[in-house]
Amino acid sequence: MSINVAHAGNTGDKVRSDCHVTIELTSSGGIELELNSKVVVMYGDSIKKLVLDSLSFFGIENAKVNLDDKGALPWLIMARIEATVRQLTKTDKELLPKFLPQNKYSTKKDQYRFSRLYLPGNTPSLMINAGLHNPHGIILDLEDAVAVDKKPEAQLVVRNALRALDFYGAERMVRINQIPKGLDDLKYIIPHNVNLILVPKCESADQIKQLNQKIDELKKQHGINNPIWLMPIIESTLGVVKAYEIASAAENVVSLAIGLEDYTADLGTQRTNEATESFLARSTVVNAAKAAGIQAIDSVFSDVSDMEALKQTVIKSKAMGFDGMGCIHPRQIKVIHENFAPTQEEIEKAKKIVNAFIDATEKGLGVVSLGTKMIDPPVVKRAQRSIDLAVNMGLIPINWREEMLTQQ
Amino acid sequence: MKKYDKVTKNALGRLVPTEINGKPAVPYMGIGKYKPEGRKYAPPIPSLADYPSDGNKTVESLAEALKRCGLKDGMTISTHHHFRNGDLLAVQIFDIAKEMGVKDLVWFPSASFPCHEPLIKYLEDGTIHHIEGSMNGPLGKYTSEGKMRGLAVLRSHGGRYQAIQDGEIQIDIAVIGAGCSDPFGNANGLYGPSASGLLGFALADSQYAHKVIVVTDNMVEFPCTPWQIQGNYVDFTVKVDKVGIPEKIVSGTTEVTKSPDRLLLAEYTAQFCYEAGIIKDGFSFQAGAGGTSLAVGNYFAEIMRKHNIHGRFARGGSNKYLVEMLEEGLIDYILDGQTFDLEGVRSMAQNPNHLWTSPFTSYNYHSKGNFAGIVDVVILGATEIDLNFNANVVTHSDGYLLHGIGGWQNCLFSKTVIIPVPLFRDRIPVIIDEVTTICGPGELVDVIVTERGIAINPKRTDLIEKLKGSKLPIKTIQELKAEADKICGVPQKPKLGDEIIAAIKWVDGTVIDSVWKVQ
Repeated sequence: MSINVAHAGNTGDKVRSDCHVTIELTSSGGIELELNSKVVVMYGDSIKKLVLDSLSFFGIENAKVNLDDKGALPWLIMARIEATVRQLTKTDKELLPKFLPQNKYSTKKDQYRFSRLYLPGNTPSLMINAGLHNPHGIILDLEDAVAVDKKPEAQLVVRNALRALDFYGAERMVRINQIPKGLDDLKYIIPHNVNLILVPKCESADQIKQLNQKIDELKKQHGINNPIWLMPIIESTLGVVKAYEIASAAENVVSLAIGLEDYTADLGTQRTNEATESFLARSTVVNAAKAAGIQAIDSVFSDVSDMEALKQTVIKSKAMGFDGMGCIHPRQIKVIHENFAPTQEEIEKAKKIVNAFIDATEKGLGVVSLGTKMIDPPVVKRAQRSIDLAVNMGLIPINWREEMLTQQ
Repeated sequence: MKKYDKVTKNALGRLVPTEINGKPAVPYMGIGKYKPEGRKYAPPIPSLADYPSDGNKTVESLAEALKRCGLKDGMTISTHHHFRNGDLLAVQIFDIAKEMGVKDLVWFPSASFPCHEPLIKYLEDGTIHHIEGSMNGPLGKYTSEGKMRGLAVLRSHGGRYQAIQDGEIQIDIAVIGAGCSDPFGNANGLYGPSASGLLGFALADSQYAHKVIVVTDNMVEFPCTPWQIQGNYVDFTVKVDKVGIPEKIVSGTTEVTKSPDRLLLAEYTAQFCYEAGIIKDGFSFQAGAGGTSLAVGNYFAEIMRKHNIHGRFARGGSNKYLVEMLEEGLIDYILDGQTFDLEGVRSMAQNPNHLWTSPFTSYNYHSKGNFAGIVDVVILGATEIDLNFNANVVTHSDGYLLHGIGGWQNCLFSKTVIIPVPLFRDRIPVIIDEVTTICGPGELVDVIVTERGIAINPKRTDLIEKLKGSKLPIKTIQELKAEADKICGVPQKPKLGDEIIAAIKWVDGTVIDSVWKVQ
């Protein structure tokens, strides 16, 4: 059945940095555009041109178009137009905004993932400044944060955001839908330099294999060599049982996360502040991740106004062996970073170890010792990481060793 | 057709009227360049023979008081915004005028609020000729569309005092709403259901208006103390059931913004001040009541606690956060210009170090000094800023006049002026080539803080030097603009009409810019 009127986007008093598009295909009369924009004085001409160029790109010559604009950026207007057109005509064409050169970076398997900020995939106003808050990762969410009927629109918003939104160096993450449905999301993200894919409600190694198969196909098709990392999220009792199998399912699985809302529902109980109900699950996830040599990532903390409770949660989480946690509000980022960061005590110990290692190397000694204690290479490696991190976060100066030696 | 043909270019190159509502106007000449000669204005000499010897000046109603003040066509009537959006007086005055068939009045408020929207009908039917005062929301829109007969005149709080003092505007009747008054006319804003804290904006009116009426819903026996308004200036007092709507006068609580982007601006601003050496023992600051400003105050407090720094005073807009700082001992004094919440009112009534100020003590430029210049750092807002740091607070980029100047121009004389603003608001860029309206010359604006970088006015080489090596994102204003253009696109030039609908006065009474009718 073919329709001749379609719409996409959001409208209403509270909507910001977004727009709503209605297109009615007509048989003659060319393009009739009705533009209602709060930025018409400054961008009216360029918006009109964008609409006309976009319709012509899809070969639409006659239509009535209504654009209700609340200050949407051009890449978003393009996504909304495309979402509307796709409902009206069958097309394989993609209306792609320019790929920002500063978005062309890859990430490392073991890079820091203290914080990852969830952003709903169909809410552009929250995306625009997200990177300025310096999360380690930004997640454009196609799963739970998007209403079912808005999923096709969100795919295009997320695709365009990956291209045209400045991530300011944060790891570029997308949470796809659950496998197998999530496989359909891949073509909107793989060609656009997604760094890491979150795999929700993961329950088997086979899901990871299916996912990787599709990713490899798309990578080959688009000639992509950049690594694409996976972060499966354990959100069910079965997932917890299969945690190690999932963590070790593939080389590109870099961390294993836990999602407690669904897990506690699955248990038939509720989340409490003491979190006794989820202790086994969290502990299992940490253990499985470490056994597989990857990071363990904790669930989000949902009370965005209680920074002290968040801090306590982070301290406990770090003590359990987690390497990071999710955030749902940018203000949580700083608290998470500060409390996953090495403590003063840890830094002092790390300084001694790294210093002893450098000493030993300079003297050509094969064995590193501190006082009477021998130090194993992994301990040195961990200490070095703490030092790097402390320097990175401005906790100690880059020339800390000189300072240390002159103080002695 | 142009409503104002007599225009000239002022020292900033802006076209301004040389005549406003039939009176000559002086174009802006530069900071401190215009020095008027002559003497201050003086109201007529009263005689006690005309006043009740027992000091009881109470009359039965506001209408009666206005009649006995001789309300007639063409008069200038002043009111004040101590009751903010809960003001019940201004509209009543013009209801009475309408009833009496009086025409062509000039309304001279210290500020207007959305609650004054009903006055549009009196502009339309001729009861009010024009408004000289801030234009908020609906009145601003009405004026912007060229519907008001006279030219609107916008002044800062200090500029309003200056204009009254210099006789630039002569108030026929001042109506002062007070939280508390005695029959003699001594009044304050500290007590009663309509307590607003202080009555500083009415000071000039009480001193210089021909007739002064004090209206209260809380008439106490003589003496009403402290007498923020002195009864010796007052002609009539009126007791009414309700002078304001309490919950719209002061908010029960003021809350710091939860917006992560605004908090980031506030954090950058506070960190900048710390690194610039501004936050140090004995320093002083002023931050307004907006969400971002409140947050700046909070971050100041955090820094002061962490580094054991003690400030001398804060200028308010007071609110619970400033009161907390005073009570915690982080600062010695609050010098308050208007009180924004109940905690502020309580503190002013109880704490001798929480002092009330007026546009005379704080802001008047034609005086022998004011407090604004003593303040080390002030945090202000703006709708637009240009590459020369000139800033706009009254109009939006679509040309609409939507805000008043408040104390903004006066605060520019603080030692360091910082404007935290988002680089763009829903695609509307804040830093542009040329601001729609210049309210403050760029030479007085020192720092622009945005979420994407901080620009220091090149004139402030001292600040540039101090912030070298800082981790804060210090950029040039050109770089910031380029960044906004990259994200939002280069804006097209707005097309404005050729009719002037409002004049913007500088602190010395000269005309700094004009507002043009929207197309």
